[in-house]
Amino acid sequence: MSLPALDPGRLGQLLRKEFRQMLRDPRAKRLLFIAPIVQLLIFGYAATTDVRNAKTFVVDHDRSSDSRRLIAALTASGYFRVTGASERPADLIAALDRGDVLMGIEIPRGFAADLGAGRQASVQLLVDGSTANTANVALGYATRIISRFGLERGAEVAARAGAAVPPAGVDFRARAWYNANLESRVYNVPAVMGTIVMLMSLMLTSLAVVREREIGTLEQLMVSPLKPLELIVGKTLPAVVVAFLDLILVTGVALLWFGIPFRGSALVLIVSSVFYILSGLGVGLLISTVSNTQQEAFMSMFFFFFPAIILSGFMFPVENMPVAIQYITLLDPIRHYLVVVRGVFLRGAGWSVLYPQILILLVMGVTVLGFATTRFRKTVA
Amino acid sequence: MTQPAISLRGLTRRFGDLAAVDGLTFDVVPGELFGLVGPDGAGKTTTLRMLAGVLRPTGGDALVGGVSVARDPEGVKHRIAYMSQRFGLYTDLTVRENIDFYADLYQVPDAERPARLERLYRFSNLGSFEHRLAGQLSGGMKQKLGLCCALVHHPEILLLDEPTFGVDPISRRDLWLILHEMVAQGVTVFVSTSYLDEAERCDHVALLNRGKVIALDRPAALQDGLQGEMLAVRASDGRRALALLRSLPGVRRAALFGDTIHVTLGARERDWPGVRDALERAGVGLEATHQIEPGLEDVFMERVEP
Repeated sequence: MSLPALDPGRLGQLLRKEFRQMLRDPRAKRLLFIAPIVQLLIFGYAATTDVRNAKTFVVDHDRSSDSRRLIAALTASGYFRVTGASERPADLIAALDRGDVLMGIEIPRGFAADLGAGRQASVQLLVDGSTANTANVALGYATRIISRFGLERGAEVAARAGAAVPPAGVDFRARAWYNANLESRVYNVPAVMGTIVMLMSLMLTSLAVVREREIGTLEQLMVSPLKPLELIVGKTLPAVVVAFLDLILVTGVALLWFGIPFRGSALVLIVSSVFYILSGLGVGLLISTVSNTQQEAFMSMFFFFFPAIILSGFMFPVENMPVAIQYITLLDPIRHYLVVVRGVFLRGAGWSVLYPQILILLVMGVTVLGFATTRFRKTVA
Repeated sequence: MTQPAISLRGLTRRFGDLAAVDGLTFDVVPGELFGLVGPDGAGKTTTLRMLAGVLRPTGGDALVGGVSVARDPEGVKHRIAYMSQRFGLYTDLTVRENIDFYADLYQVPDAERPARLERLYRFSNLGSFEHRLAGQLSGGMKQKLGLCCALVHHPEILLLDEPTFGVDPISRRDLWLILHEMVAQGVTVFVSTSYLDEAERCDHVALLNRGKVIALDRPAALQDGLQGEMLAVRASDGRRALALLRSLPGVRRAALFGDTIHVTLGARERDWPGVRDALERAGVGLEATHQIEPGLEDVFMERVEP
């Protein structure tokens, strides 16, 4: 056996052919360079967990100025919008059942009287729990607004009653560090970038080898002096270039269009992105070398991509998962990359903080690519 | 005696319990056109893939250009060109780009390329389609382009797997002309086909059935080897005539080819009158009868079902 040395001339020709094929088809060009931008634009807007203008149903039995002020406080926040009102609680239930509203508020008779007398006043909130995430967020906002209203009214009542000092309370001012407005978009857009780059990397290579197998050119390459390693490198390098261009494009959209802050070092982002792209390409190549048809490869890619997203912490925080599942997520390159992009963009984190993730991505990239290469060699024989 | 170009020594490939290729042993002389002939599933493609070094034998060995395919499959690759049944062309590259790519892979020196390209275009008539995408060529032209790609690096040994499969008659003839030209230039051509009429163009043929060689010789020698004389008979009721013929004494063999029955007799003068009378007595009308030279198909049928 000769050493798996690369012949630069032969490799160069293969690269030229790959680029030529990739760039000849205008449809492919659109897919490679326009689709990621469009995806980020759409997903960037879609990936928000903020609650705005939540439809709210009001059942006001009290009909007092206090009850009206409470409703006004809710709507003035911008989080809630009254879309229905009635005096019968059954109407509220019906509206929730139909899914017409997200939240219902029922203010009992005697609300204002209780507040005026300095007694504990009560309000009932009903939320549509079938949309657990949104319901939680809405409930949080509503609770904050209502308790602040209670405190303010309490202070007013106490002042009018002639007490010299309002009842002592804790002046609690929470401030979010790094993402001052707690905008979910700032948090999510870098993550969407990560998933798009992974999708592109997988697409670029998962079909690369199997396509040649299907049209029969792989067998011709096998009988040529081209070495398996040359073929793998020839397939991988163009994909690295394209995936990296995609990364630059989506980063541009994130910064310029969505105005996502970039507080960290570009070098950290570039280095970790290259490792991340390698891991994605490696998985794609592995799929491509073990698949017999493009359809099979496409299915396998989907079976990898979908769980990888779910386990990445993109939508569901990893910390909230059961411990056993948390261990599984360690195998997911997207999970590690999201830590890096969110860290670099939002917190300005550098090498000293992110080196574990960056190292893991490097190890993953090299291992998967290496494994794909050896697998490929075995299928040759 | 010179070293054979290809030497098979008990070459075997098993897939599970099935021996797709079972102990092939024969030599191919340098510079000859050798035909591996047999029906679909006989083991032709498996044999060729082993000779090309892309499939490992499970038993035996073959020396291709003196290199063992079992021990050094990579070493074989520099000596040969292999054209698989469905030659892989990049349909999104042009004719010229396809040829150039294969020239690049085999590192054909730049200085030699114009002359080679011109020669390839001359015999393939692809020159005027140089800038057409390979995907837009007809089936026959695709095969010719595949052959051009395979030949661009001047191989010593050319392995072709059913190059004329699904190709129109004119392109088929062109392809065979190209093969003969290659042989004239000293290339050893090893070609598989299931068309027995094509096999008659070869210097030597090996008839392959179920992974085994059932006959190996010059086509003419194989045909001469058939004993007796052969008549082509067209009867009103072919199937009944065939059954009847097979039951008659004096008929050595009877086989159906389309609507014609090839009847082998020990001697026409002696045996035919009796056979004809028997057919007429049974009410089988004879529409046409003439004596023919046995072809390879007859040889094959005789060997397969003696």
